[in-house]
Amino acid sequence: MQPLEITAGTAISAMGRGVDATLDALRTRRSGLRPTDFGGIAEGHIGRVDGVEAHALPAALAKYDCRNNRLADMALNTDGFSSAVAEARAHYGADRVAVVLGTSTSGILSGEDAYRDRDPDTGRLPAGFDHEHTQDLFSLARYVRAVLDLRGPAFVVSTACASASKSFIDAHHLIEAGVCDAAVVGGADSLCRMTMRGFAALELISPSPCRPCDAARTGISIGEAAGFALLERSGARPAGSQSGIRASMLGHGASSDGHHMSSPHPRGEGAILAMRQALARAGLEPGAIDYINLHGTGTRANDAMEDVAVTELFGAATDCSSTKGWTGHTLGASGILETMIAALCITHGFKPGCLGVSQVDPAFRSKVLFDNLEGPVHRVMSNSFGFGGINCSLIFGPAA
Amino acid sequence: MMRVFVSGVSVWGPGLAGWEMARTVLRGAQPWTEEETMPPAPSILAANERRRTSPVVRLALAVAQEATAMSGHEPASLHSVFGSSNGDGVVVNDILQALAEPGRDVSPTQFHNSVHNAAAGYWTIGAGTRQPASCLGCHDATMGLSLLKAAAEVHVEQVSVLLCVYDRPLPEPMAEKRPTTSAFACALVLTPEQEPGSIASLAVRYRPDLADPALEAPRREALQALYVGNAAARALRLLESLATQRPDRIELSCLDQSIEIIVTPCSTAPAS
Repeated sequence: MQPLEITAGTAISAMGRGVDATLDALRTRRSGLRPTDFGGIAEGHIGRVDGVEAHALPAALAKYDCRNNRLADMALNTDGFSSAVAEARAHYGADRVAVVLGTSTSGILSGEDAYRDRDPDTGRLPAGFDHEHTQDLFSLARYVRAVLDLRGPAFVVSTACASASKSFIDAHHLIEAGVCDAAVVGGADSLCRMTMRGFAALELISPSPCRPCDAARTGISIGEAAGFALLERSGARPAGSQSGIRASMLGHGASSDGHHMSSPHPRGEGAILAMRQALARAGLEPGAIDYINLHGTGTRANDAMEDVAVTELFGAATDCSSTKGWTGHTLGASGILETMIAALCITHGFKPGCLGVSQVDPAFRSKVLFDNLEGPVHRVMSNSFGFGGINCSLIFGPAA
Repeated sequence: MMRVFVSGVSVWGPGLAGWEMARTVLRGAQPWTEEETMPPAPSILAANERRRTSPVVRLALAVAQEATAMSGHEPASLHSVFGSSNGDGVVVNDILQALAEPGRDVSPTQFHNSVHNAAAGYWTIGAGTRQPASCLGCHDATMGLSLLKAAAEVHVEQVSVLLCVYDRPLPEPMAEKRPTTSAFACALVLTPEQEPGSIASLAVRYRPDLADPALEAPRREALQALYVGNAAARALRLLESLATQRPDRIELSCLDQSIEIIVTPCSTAPAS
C-alpha cells in the first residue's frame, strides 16, 4: 500500500497527558497503575486518568457530557491536536476530513448511573439521561466531529479491544477510495463498572498490577485512554505546525479467528494471518521489523497465544514487549495509545521492556524485552486482539 | 464514486420473512402485513454455539446466511461489515440491571456477548472464516455509513464483502430513551465485478448536503412506520429497488450530510 502519514497525534492515559508525559513515563519506567478506586470497586489495579471529573466540555456541546467524551475532549486539547486538524480542514475543506473512531463501551458509565437512579415506583430512567449523546456508540464520533467542526463522513467502529486499531484500517479504505482526503482516527475507552465487573466475572483481573509475559502473570489491569491521529496521503499538503507525533502507517492486517467469542485461537492462527498481511501490505520481510508492541494483556491465554504467533513469523529474532504494565489494558483505545508509543519509539530511538516482570514465562520462545533498550528503531509492529476473535496488526515507520 | 455489485440480498422484519417472501411484498404483488415471525435458527453454527446466541444474533445471522447462499460465494471467503445501532440491548440491559443492584454479579457469558461485534464474532465462527469483520454503530445513520464502509472495502481491496445491518427493540427501561418498534435486518453481498448472478450495481458516494427525505423513505406507504421505527429499516427503499429491478436514486441522511446510492439493475428483464 501507499503509506499514509500521521501528521499529528496525541494520547492520554494513566502515564500522563500527551506524548511528552508518555515518553517520560516510558523512559523512567514509571507505571501509572494504582489500586482500584473507581465505581465502588476495590479489586485489582487500574490505569485511571486524573482530572476527568473536573473537565468540562464546551457549553454548546454539553449534551455530550459523559466520562468518555470528556476523556476524548482532553486528548483533543493536548499536543495541539485540534489546531493541527484545523489546518487540515482549512486545506482540504471540512467535507473532506473523516472521523473514524473506535470505542468498546462509549459513554456507558452514564447508563450505569442512570440505572442506579431509576424511579423506584415506575422503574423509569431519569429524565436528564441523554442516551443518544452519551451511552450510544456513535456519540464519540459525533462529538469529535462537532467539536473539530468537520463535515466529512463519521463513524464508530466497535470491535472490542481491537476498535482503535481497526479505525486506522477503515479510514485507510475511505482515503484510498477517495471518499475523503484525511481522517481523524483513534478513539477512547473510559473506566466503567461494566468492563471492570465483567472482566472480574471472567476471572481475568489480576490482584496485583498486571505483568504481561511474566511466568506468574495473573491477568489484566483495566485502564482508560483516549488518543487521536490525523491520517493523510503522503505529501498531499505542506507540513503543518508540529503537533505531538509524526510517523507513517506502512501496512495493516486484520483477520478473524472464527474460533471462540472470548478465547483466542490457541495456535494464534488469526493473529499470524493479521501480522503476515500487515507485512505483505507494507512490502516488508519479518526481519525489517525492529520492535513489536504486543497486545500483551497479561492473561495466561493471550500472552501464550501471542508468543506462539510472533515466534511463528519472527522466531526469536525480534524484540517485543507489552506496555500494558504502564497503563493497564485500555481496551478499545489500546490501539491508538500503543500507536503513539510506537511512534515515540521510532522518533526517540528506544524500546520499552515489559514492566514488573521478574521472570519471563519460560515457555515463551519470542524475544521478550524486560528492560528498556536504547538504539535506532525504524519500524514497529503494533498488535491488538479483541473478543469475538478479531485481530489487527499495524506497522509504523518514520515520517516521510 | 464507488461502484459495487449486489450478488445476494436478504431481509427479515415484520411481514418480510426472508427475501423470497419479502420480494413479492416489496414489489407490491402481495400486501404487507405487520406480522413478526422469529428468524430461523442459524444452521451455520454448531448446536453448542447456537444455544448461546441471543435473538439479535439470530436475526443478523439469518439474513447473513440467506444473502450469502444467494450470492453463491463461500461464507468463509467473504470479508464482512456489520452495522447496528442498538447492538444487543437485552444483554446490555441485563448487565446494567446487575450493576445497579448490590450483591448481583455480572454473568461472564453475558459480558462477552455484550460486545458490539458479537454478531460478527458468531458469524465468523459459523462461517469458519479468517476474513476480517468491521462493526459499526452509528445510531440512525448506521445503514448508510455501513454501506459506505463496505463499498470502500470492496473498491479498495477488490474483495467481496458481506454487509449485514440489524436492530432489535431495546427492553425497558432503555426503550423509552431509544424507541425501536420492531426487529429488522438486511444483508447484501457486494462484489467488485459483475457476476452472472448479480442483481444490480450500486454507485455509492458521500454527498455534502442533507438528504432529501423523499429519496430516503420507502415508496410503499404501508412501510413508512417500519422505516421510521428501526435504524436498519433505512434500507427499505434500496430493498424495494432491488425487488422491483427498478433504477433508483436513494439518499440516506447521515448527520448533516448524506450518502447517495444510484441503483442500476443488472437484469434487462422488465419489472413485474
